[in-house]
Amino acid sequence: MNGWQMLFYKEVLRFWKVGFQTVAAPVLTAMMYMLIFGHVLEGRVEVFDGVSYTAFLVPGLVMMSMLQNSFSNSSSSLIQSKVMGNLIFILLTPLSHWAWLWAYVMSSVVRGLAVGVGVMLVTSWYGQPHFEHPLWILMFAVLGSGLMGAMGVVAGLWAEKFDQLAAFQNFVIVPMTFLSGVFYSIQSLPTFWQNASHLNPFFYMIDGFRYGFFGHSDVSPWLSLAIVATACLLVGGIAERMLRTGYKVRH
Amino acid sequence: MSAISFQGVSKTYLTPKGAFSALNDVSFDIRPGEFFGLLGPNGAGKTTLISILAGLTKASAGRVTVNGFDVVSDYASARRALGVVPQELVFDPFFSVREALRFQSGYFGIRNNGDWIDELLEGLGLADKATANMRQLSGGMKRRVLMALALVHKPPVLVLDEPTAGVDVELRQTLWQFVTRLNKNGTAVLLTTHYLEEAEALCARIAMVKKGQLVALEKTSDLLERASASVLRFKLDTPLPDEWVAQARVTGRIVQLPAPNAEAVEKILASIRAAGGIAEQVEIRPADLEDVFLAVMENPS
Repeated sequence: MNGWQMLFYKEVLRFWKVGFQTVAAPVLTAMMYMLIFGHVLEGRVEVFDGVSYTAFLVPGLVMMSMLQNSFSNSSSSLIQSKVMGNLIFILLTPLSHWAWLWAYVMSSVVRGLAVGVGVMLVTSWYGQPHFEHPLWILMFAVLGSGLMGAMGVVAGLWAEKFDQLAAFQNFVIVPMTFLSGVFYSIQSLPTFWQNASHLNPFFYMIDGFRYGFFGHSDVSPWLSLAIVATACLLVGGIAERMLRTGYKVRH
Repeated sequence: MSAISFQGVSKTYLTPKGAFSALNDVSFDIRPGEFFGLLGPNGAGKTTLISILAGLTKASAGRVTVNGFDVVSDYASARRALGVVPQELVFDPFFSVREALRFQSGYFGIRNNGDWIDELLEGLGLADKATANMRQLSGGMKRRVLMALALVHKPPVLVLDEPTAGVDVELRQTLWQFVTRLNKNGTAVLLTTHYLEEAEALCARIAMVKKGQLVALEKTSDLLERASASVLRFKLDTPLPDEWVAQARVTGRIVQLPAPNAEAVEKILASIRAAGGIAEQVEIRPADLEDVFLAVMENPS
């Protein structure tokens, strides 16, 4: 096991040790959404022809949970280590900034996937999920979690206090995930909001992910893939630069 | 080749009040296997110097090497050669002592480090705490873990940043026995401390910094010789006459004053008597490192 693998392993173990809070809790939250929205809207809304509302909702909920949790993983690990001071143990090692980036992002992907699988399992109680294009599902799951893991690195390095990170999470991440078409197809929105949604990168993650389940999507999955991959590279590049220069951690 | 080499190191912080110079052109070398003391008052720049050495802070100017490896351009090799025991009692609350040591070994690319980890735990009196969570440990135990963490990769150069601050007598002895043994086996040690009797007993050479500048760099024995003055020590219940206050080391009732000869002794005692005080338990002793330290800090030359 070389250096980055150990850091990756440590980061996975960190969330796994408090799995009740980091995996079970978000799964429960997603189940609540499912219960309430499914109950209220089932039979009243049909987004895609022949797809029930609950079936439509599942992929959106899975993706939303993955995105929020992969972001939480890297960002909360970094801010905790910074505030507690134990980041020094990693700062003193020969690990390169690539090792940091890779370990923090990949452990976030693992948490995202763990939560995603959990949400998938509990919601499958509402009906056997349908996997039209499994590869697309996996690709968007990994890219989406990776993007948010990298965004978590950026936010975790930038924030100096827990409340700054909470502000980022509550005022940027949560609205963007909620307004990305988790609960509806953006084609049901007025033109202005449809156009606004097209500016939200989260929309493409959810739309592309949903394509993998139903073979239906609001925009071409290739366009979604191109946008998500570009966003991944962009945010990953920012995170890489911040780690390389030791932004706020090496003064 | 030096174990550590500081070459013209400066550090300037930009603060809202303007530029603040924490270190100003500091140069000195520590030889392989040497036990070296870095002394100075709080805020003198000791920790900044160590942070630059460890790669936690970037120097504004100058160059630092560990075993010949530049800490910036060849940081990985430099950090492999360096173990740092930080001043703050930091810990990762998620893991046990053994887990933390295993991770730390892994970050340095060391597999199967169990034997050395056991030896560290044994030597530092941590064997029965191996499975304890870091949160459950007392301050002294956390300090030992920090020491073990700094040594997982068997670094040839060890930095101790005030390792005995707030540590009880027993642990202090354990730590010094352990560090002395490492040093005997060839590890170079850079120690910063405010306990000057420790520095006097352990360090072969000493550097003193004040306001970011190097003000002394000598063998400990030469430093002690430099203080030719002996010290007059006595207990006093009444206030010390004003003329002596500036030079005096006062600890509660105990007053210590430099007194190079009998005339000086007579003068001090006479002025105390004139002020209506009585000096008790009077003794004269040779100067120690603390006297030299105070003299250097007051009048660096």
